Amino acid sequence: MGKSYEHADAAPKTRVSRIRLPTIHDQGTHLPTSKVPLRIPAGRKFSALSLVRKGMTGGDWPLVWRHHELAPTYDVVIVGGGLHGLATAHYLAQNHGIANVAVIEKSYIGSGGSGRNTAIIRSNYLTPEGVAFYNRSVQLFEQLSQDLNFNVMFEQRGHMTLAHSDASLRTMRWRAEVNKVQGIDSQVIDPDEIAKLVPLMDVSANTRYPILGALWHPPGGIARHDAVVWTYARSADAAGVHLHMNTEVTGIEVKGDQVIGVQTSRGDISTPIVINCTAGWSSIISDMAGVKMPIHTRPLQAAVTEPVKAFLDPVIVSGSLHVYVSQTARGELVFGAATDPFASYSTRGSLEFIESLAGHVLQLMPSLAKMRLLRQWAGLCDMTPDFSPIIGPTPVGGFYVDVGWGTYGFKAGPVAGEQTAEAVATGRIPELIKAFQLDRFEKGALTGEKGAAAVGH
Amino acid sequence: MLLIECPHCGPRNGTEFTYSGKIQPRPVMKGSDFEARAEWRRYLYEEDNFAGFAKERWFHGNGCRKFLDIERHSVTNEISSVSPAGEAS
Repeated sequence: MGKSYEHADAAPKTRVSRIRLPTIHDQGTHLPTSKVPLRIPAGRKFSALSLVRKGMTGGDWPLVWRHHELAPTYDVVIVGGGLHGLATAHYLAQNHGIANVAVIEKSYIGSGGSGRNTAIIRSNYLTPEGVAFYNRSVQLFEQLSQDLNFNVMFEQRGHMTLAHSDASLRTMRWRAEVNKVQGIDSQVIDPDEIAKLVPLMDVSANTRYPILGALWHPPGGIARHDAVVWTYARSADAAGVHLHMNTEVTGIEVKGDQVIGVQTSRGDISTPIVINCTAGWSSIISDMAGVKMPIHTRPLQAAVTEPVKAFLDPVIVSGSLHVYVSQTARGELVFGAATDPFASYSTRGSLEFIESLAGHVLQLMPSLAKMRLLRQWAGLCDMTPDFSPIIGPTPVGGFYVDVGWGTYGFKAGPVAGEQTAEAVATGRIPELIKAFQLDRFEKGALTGEKGAAAVGH
Repeated sequence: MLLIECPHCGPRNGTEFTYSGKIQPRPVMKGSDFEARAEWRRYLYEEDNFAGFAKERWFHGNGCRKFLDIERHSVTNEISSVSPAGEAS
């Protein structure tokens, strides 16, 4: 028997790279984000030249998306104008030539989970299905700014998941191995290496929950979440998709077991295909079509501090302390937590959250004691029993879902849009989402994703 | 933040309580045929998730250590009734 897992010293001494190791998708194959390159009309394209010209002349920027009247019929109606809905619309138009699509949003574009998440992107999950799925999303994020002509500020600064117990260190090793098999840069590092990457971190043995090691995932990072929503809105609009804001879906018409239309606050639409891309309200929309979802909705609270100089490079996550921290390009620290301890649709913050969050952050980085919080908010998480999403067809013909995004919806936006569009356009379930079908609960074949950040589980 | 009127302890902070899910009728065991199994699966996974008042079971762990039936609005968190578990309010 070799060394047991009882000491952090047992962690293999591996090289800590700040530069991302080459992964499968770097080896000469450029995987385009869409099958047909996006065409933005000349006057609406963003470039350094247009920036200089507008700066000099004070000219107006073109609208990112246009307003349309509600048409009486569409080929596809997407419920929910967030990242998932817009990405689905974009890939339906770009990859499959289906552009007679309406995106129905009850508030403004990106007003739900897309604007409330903590913008973390990574692929170091635990199930092979999850790893492959989220890795495709990382690949899409890497090319998004270039291919869609919109800077989404994706920064691959590395993602660090701290282990405070032998059990979690063991899980980190397990995750690292599952990741490596799929060609993903992921390794377990020891406290000395953590201190090198994050000098402010308290890695001493004198804390309540000493840091024993971490899972280090260099391709992980953050992006500007609103920009990701806007780029998909802009490119979907350029392809001819209609975005209808301030339009609420009030009912879904089903005849026999086939969708025939959608009722909205601005009038009825007849359509053979409805895709539910909502988060938070997904079970309510699904109930309209008579499809019961194994989802319960919980708020997840987040907070942001005042901006300070850049000092924190990677994204820090601690499952045991229920906290994740990253520093935005603007210098604010963004904190996220576990889901609230009871089901609710309320998006109000609570004092208990701020108290426990501050305590946990200070335990990791005591020198932040004098920083002030600017604001806190809550977003809705659709928790599934196995912490994996539900993407694909339902027993009602023409009613597709892309729901069940607990704490992993933002990072999966591009890939979920791409795969949902493929499932809808081809009528076949793509390989990447085979494990995320609704009927897995009937079959008892769950995809238990213990690598999800639904930290409370 | 919740303020729960415990029938045993009076008004208490919501953090003293643990949420243990909505109250849904438990299927009766009818052998092991497929229908019965499907019913159990629905009971296990498909919890009602509507926006409105719902009956839930809570546990007052940091108080009287009794289970309670609470009717709470899932959007506003307004509590309309609290009663000891199993007793109609």
